[in-house]
Amino acid sequence: MLVRVRFLRTAIHSGRFNTSLVLVVLVVLFALLGPVIVGHDPNAVVGSMNASPASHPPLGTDNFGRDELTLLMYGTRTSLEIGAIAGLVAVLIGVVVGTLAGFYGGVVEEALMGATNVLITIPAIVVLILLSVALGSRSAVTMGLIIGVTSWPWTARAVAAQTSSLRTREHIDIARLSGASGFGIIVRDVIPYILSYLGMAFTLQLATAVLTEAALSLLGLGPTNTISLGILLQWSLLWEAVRQGVWWTFIPPTFFLSVVSFGLLLLNSSLDEIYNPRLQGGGGSGA
Amino acid sequence: MSARFRRYILTKLVWYLVALLAAVSLNFFLPRVIPGNPVDTIMAHFLQSGGQGAAAGKMYQAFIAQFGLERPLWGQFLTYLGDIAHGSLGQSFSLFPAHVTTLIGQAAPWTIALQLPAILIGWILGNLLGALAAFKRGAFDRNLFVTALAFSSIPYYALAIVLLYVFAVVLPIFPASGGYAFGTIPNLSWSFIFDALSHYLLPFLSLVVIAIGGQAVGMRSMAIYELGSDYVNYATSLGVSDRRVLGYVFRNAMLPQITGLALSLGTLVGGALITEIVFSYPGVGTLLFNAINANDYPLIQGITLIIIVAVLLANFLVDMAYGYIDPRIRAARSGER
Repeated sequence: MLVRVRFLRTAIHSGRFNTSLVLVVLVVLFALLGPVIVGHDPNAVVGSMNASPASHPPLGTDNFGRDELTLLMYGTRTSLEIGAIAGLVAVLIGVVVGTLAGFYGGVVEEALMGATNVLITIPAIVVLILLSVALGSRSAVTMGLIIGVTSWPWTARAVAAQTSSLRTREHIDIARLSGASGFGIIVRDVIPYILSYLGMAFTLQLATAVLTEAALSLLGLGPTNTISLGILLQWSLLWEAVRQGVWWTFIPPTFFLSVVSFGLLLLNSSLDEIYNPRLQGGGGSGA
Repeated sequence: MSARFRRYILTKLVWYLVALLAAVSLNFFLPRVIPGNPVDTIMAHFLQSGGQGAAAGKMYQAFIAQFGLERPLWGQFLTYLGDIAHGSLGQSFSLFPAHVTTLIGQAAPWTIALQLPAILIGWILGNLLGALAAFKRGAFDRNLFVTALAFSSIPYYALAIVLLYVFAVVLPIFPASGGYAFGTIPNLSWSFIFDALSHYLLPFLSLVVIAIGGQAVGMRSMAIYELGSDYVNYATSLGVSDRRVLGYVFRNAMLPQITGLALSLGTLVGGALITEIVFSYPGVGTLLFNAINANDYPLIQGITLIIIVAVLLANFLVDMAYGYIDPRIRAARSGER
């Protein structure tokens, strides 16, 4: 309780925390409420081809005469959905591998961390390219899953380090003496202590996953039959929108990608600063 | 001591060989775990685009035989390993009969020319700025930190798109696509070099700015961490001069930054794929993009293999350098394990 009060007090006084929270909440509201308010199919043709924002407010139309604002709302929603699935999957795998390795130590740790270290060195983008090429069609959920499956090792490594430092704490000894099982101790006495870190890891994974989705889309390996921020960018490159100066089709998705990424990273670093008083007085970067 | 160091290197070497084998296996098996084989996909595309049935049948047989697809998977994998060991990555589907190694060999110099200077300059400037911010703190630090964080969190391709639009379309100062003017043949004349440079500047800038941001953020938090550590407090309380303390701080904060440099060097091939696609730059990224669009599996797998090897090599060199520079690691690793 005391920790929470102090956390809130520091948080309210941290301008960076507030800014980033507002940014993230605005983007999420735009993605969740936007489609509900607009209430029409993003693929509906509503105007002429590449109509400028002046002739078709507020954001003009794309190469097929679809409303750019609606596309942007649905695109942001899909991107965040992919990011959230990937973040959850990555944190989940990371927690399981990390706590098992950190808590049991010995051979279990050697084996799990050995595998983790091998996977860390293999660039995720390569595995993603190979997986995406193999999966001919990819839904948003599939994209989230494959991004999550390739991005957990960093979280696992950090969780293992934190768990193994927790292992020697007194409350864990007491739990062990009172006959609790290893699994029970991990769930009741280890995970609550690293929850703040897990929240931070999730924001970081979410941000990275949104950008990864966009990168894959630009390589031509994005989600099929759906609209994401990456797909919007891919379309505008495909139809030479940049070189034709049709800025309203690529500046908004670029801006949204940057805001999502910047907002989440700033949130992550300000949380880091709040939990890690040593960094206070200027800021710090997330681990 | 040197025997210990040798053991450290050997252990590392074994780990990296395991990682390489894992990566090569992923490279080989991932595209094959899905039912059907690449040739089916190619044939489907061929028939869709109006190919003849009889010709398709012959092509199918030829492809199956050439890629050894009628043999069991393990046999194929062993052949694949053997081919790699001989430096052969097979032939491209879409640019048949060009060899994958030739195609990558043509594209790689463009990518390296773009990435190597961007990584090095970004690293040097980023570290200087980050260390300065950590030392000065105050308004300079706050502004620099937020700016650096903004630039390091903007996806690198987003900056590329914006730069392309602003400096090649709105203000047509720089050419909008390619590595050199369309229709010219690369040569060493001044006019060609100037032309290539004008194509080079925008993609280069889009990479270097992001690199500076990322390095500055990392260096700053490392330096702040070091500045608050016990040995600094102790040295300051002893009255050691600021300059000397800063020297210690810089040396300790540099250690992870050297890792950072080597790791970015590992992304030499795979780190700017989309920049190249945005600018239609004739490097590995554009090659990969075309290969993906054409379902050119041998070419895709060749490029992913090169990316993997570059990253593993960089990681291995980091570990070597680390074992050499940081005596703590050397002792810990070879002592007990």
